[in-house]
Parts: sequence; structure tokens; C-alpha cells
Amino acid sequence: MNILIPTPLRPYAGGQQTLQVEAATVGEALSALTGAHPELRTHLFTPEGRLRAFVNLYLNEDDIRYLPDKENTHVTAADSLSIIPSIAGGLAV
Amino acid sequence: MATTLQTALPELTTDDLSRYSRHLILPEVGMEGQQKLKAARVLLIGAGGLGSPLAFYLAAAGVGTLGLVDFDVVDASNLQRQIIHSTRDVGRKKLDSAAEKLIALNPALNVVKHEIMLSSANALDILADYDIVADGTDNFPTRYLVNDACVLLGKPNVYGSIFRFEGQASVFATRQGPCYRCLYPEPPPPGLVPSCAEGGVLGILPGLVGVIQATEAIKLILGNGEPLIGRLLLVDALAMRFRELKLRKNPECPVCGAHPTVTRLIDYQQFCGIKPETAQEKALKNGIPQMTVKELKQRIDAGDDLFILDVREPFEHQIGNIGGKLIPQNDVPRRLGEIDREREIVVHCKSGGRSQRIAEYLHQSGYANVSNLVGGIVAWAEQIDPGVPKY
Repeated sequence: MNILIPTPLRPYAGGQQTLQVEAATVGEALSALTGAHPELRTHLFTPEGRLRAFVNLYLNEDDIRYLPDKENTHVTAADSLSIIPSIAGGLAV
Repeated sequence: MATTLQTALPELTTDDLSRYSRHLILPEVGMEGQQKLKAARVLLIGAGGLGSPLAFYLAAAGVGTLGLVDFDVVDASNLQRQIIHSTRDVGRKKLDSAAEKLIALNPALNVVKHEIMLSSANALDILADYDIVADGTDNFPTRYLVNDACVLLGKPNVYGSIFRFEGQASVFATRQGPCYRCLYPEPPPPGLVPSCAEGGVLGILPGLVGVIQATEAIKLILGNGEPLIGRLLLVDALAMRFRELKLRKNPECPVCGAHPTVTRLIDYQQFCGIKPETAQEKALKNGIPQMTVKELKQRIDAGDDLFILDVREPFEHQIGNIGGKLIPQNDVPRRLGEIDREREIVVHCKSGGRSQRIAEYLHQSGYANVSNLVGGIVAWAEQIDPGVPKY
């Protein structure tokens, strides 16, 4: 499946915009991602392994928090997983 | 807008009829819609990148009252994206610069200037006077403050955020929809997410996102179309791709959930992990000693040999100066020869922001003894010499 990496996290994913991983579930996809790019792990998860409160994960257009099977949701090669962190641009100084 | 509809809508003048004729012939706007726009009161948080297109389009569309919250002055580095300000406005208050452009565009507009840093102490009072709030802030504490205040007051929050080439937009805090905290319960710790000042931003991006915010504000006023409630619009300017994600109202949201734990405004600096400056940090910022105006006065009176460098623009120097050598900030790199490396240098500007950056630059360029004048010439006028005009 495709994992879409947002701009602020690209430096921790080898500068890549999208990554392809082989996975059967959302959880496996995340393991594959953080296995290949360990630096991403600290940005996405707390030391206890919980998704950080300023990051959201979307399977296609749905927040995985609200999927019935959450991280265990089955995925196919056609699905996309998006990482959506909070950003704070605007008037900028 | 319930608050608008309860009162009688204002009549349109003959000038209004010709100015808004392209709106009036749209069935979705029409006379009543234009009257709703005229009655509407929209508050823009920030007169910068997002605020510029927002303010321009809302003023042009005939929104009757626009409140602007900003306490910043126009800097040359703003002009790449903050199109409401012009080159001649550098050094002016953003509020004055923006209000002038908006009134030129639409003289019937009522612009309310709030020259203040939005805080827990004043946010509810300021927001209460408006129907809709449009958030164009660049920092997390203000973003959470605006969100929470909107939820507590029941005001829709038209949200936009940008970073480099990416933007987000949504409509939060409507009665039925989610709020910003449903999406992001907590902010990232300081330093993990770079700001625009550090990470850069494509100048056009706030235009794109700000225009989306303006569109949403207009739709909310008209009560027409499908606002971005419960949807997060993602803009990728580099790929020129728009995506949309579903947002849900979180039943456990600390502000808008069934059992809220946040029922009044909190300390958002603390919430965002920003600690007050320690005495040591106050004395030294990014390796640059911070000199107060009182110290400078003492040093001058003691006859110490100081090279005072004024990095403001020539017109600011004309308004008032403390006898420093004038080299506008952008000229400093090619005029280093005029700054004596052997002497102790004190850099100042209007309020201490530009001078800090130049002090850092000089330090990096090998100047050993450079300090920044905290609070700039404004602090000097306030604390040392009231004869120096403030501007």
C-alpha cells in the first residue's frame, strides 16, 4: 500500500513523499514504515507506543481511530495511509 | 447566521446595488444574501498571510464589519505573501496598513482594529462581538485559544493553516461539527514542528488557503452550500492536489465533547509546553547578550565607547533616533565595512526583533562583541527619553 508522508516529516523518511510497503493491516504497514525509518517512530508514537496526540492517521479518507478494527483493519495494495500532523503556519513573523 | 437573522437586515443603498450587482443576480446570494453579508461581523485573527486574502475578499464581498486582531508591524520579509501590505508600509502597524487598503477597496466597510495579543484574558470579550471567527494564526497557543473560545461562545471557527507547500482548511466549532481539539487534542511539543519563519512557506500558499477560508466564511453567512464542517481539506501546492478527509466530533473531546473538562480558557502557553523565559535566557538570546535601555543609558552616561547600530529603515530613523549609525537591515551584509569590528556594538531597531536577527548575523560574521537592545527605540522612548517620538 501507499503511505503519504507530509512535508514536516519527510526529513525523517529519507525525503520521500510517498512510500510503498507490503502489509495486510494498518498496524503492519506502520511497523514496516517505522522499521524502514526508525526516526519516524519517535515523531509518530509515544515511548509507550501510542499514536501522538498531534498526529492523525487516515486510511483513505477515514481516521483510523474511528474504524471498527482500528490498527487491525485490513488493507489492500490500492489503499492509502496518510499521516496528518498539526501544522501552524499563517501570518508568520 | 441565527444572530444576524434575528435582527432586521440592513437595507441596500443604490451604491450597494451597483457594487454588488454580480452577487445580486446569483440566486444563491440575491438581495437577502447581500443584506446578510452587510449585517455580518467577521473577526480575523492575524492580518498576515492568511489574513490578507481573507480581509480583501470579505471586504470586497460586502461583509459589513471586519475585526482585525494583530499587534505586529510590517516587515520586508512579510511582503512575499502578505499582499495587503506594500513596500512603503514596512515599519507600519499591520492594522493601520491593512485598514487603509480595505477602506480604499470598500469605503462602506466598518473596520475594527484590535491592536492586542489575543489572550485568555481578552479573547472571550473580543470574540463575543462577532458572528464568525477566521483563524489565520501562526502558532499553536493562539490556535488552541481561538478554538476553545469559539467553542465556549458557540462561534464558527473558519480554520486555515499552512506549512511550506501544504495547507489545511476546515470549519470548526459549529454546533453539529467537530472542533480543532477533536482533530488534535494536544499540540506538538515546542521545537518538533518548525514554524514558517524556520521552515519557509511558498508565498502563494496562504493566498490559496486564505481564499478557501473567505469562501467558507461567505457560505456560513449566506447559510448556503456545503461548508467544510466535518471535513479537512488538504492542499498540496507542489503536486497541486486537493484531498479531503472526514472529521468526526470526538465524544470525548475535552472542549466540545459530552463531558468537557475545559469549561473556561486556560494558560495556552503552558498547555503548549512553552515555559516563561528564565533570567539567563532573558540576558542571552541565541547567544546574543540582551541589553536593556537602562543599561545602555548607564553605559552612554559612563562614557563607554559603544558603536550603536540602527537597522531600521531611513524613514523610521527620520521619525526619531538615538544617534546610532543607520544601516537598514537588508543593507547590513554589503555594508559590513562600515561596522567597526574592534568596538562593542549595540544593535537596535524599533522593538528589538530585527536588531536581534542582525546581531545574530554579525555574531556569525565574526563580530565578537555584539548585543541587542531589548525593546528597541520604543522602550527607549518609554523609559529613558519621552522626547523621542513613538510610532
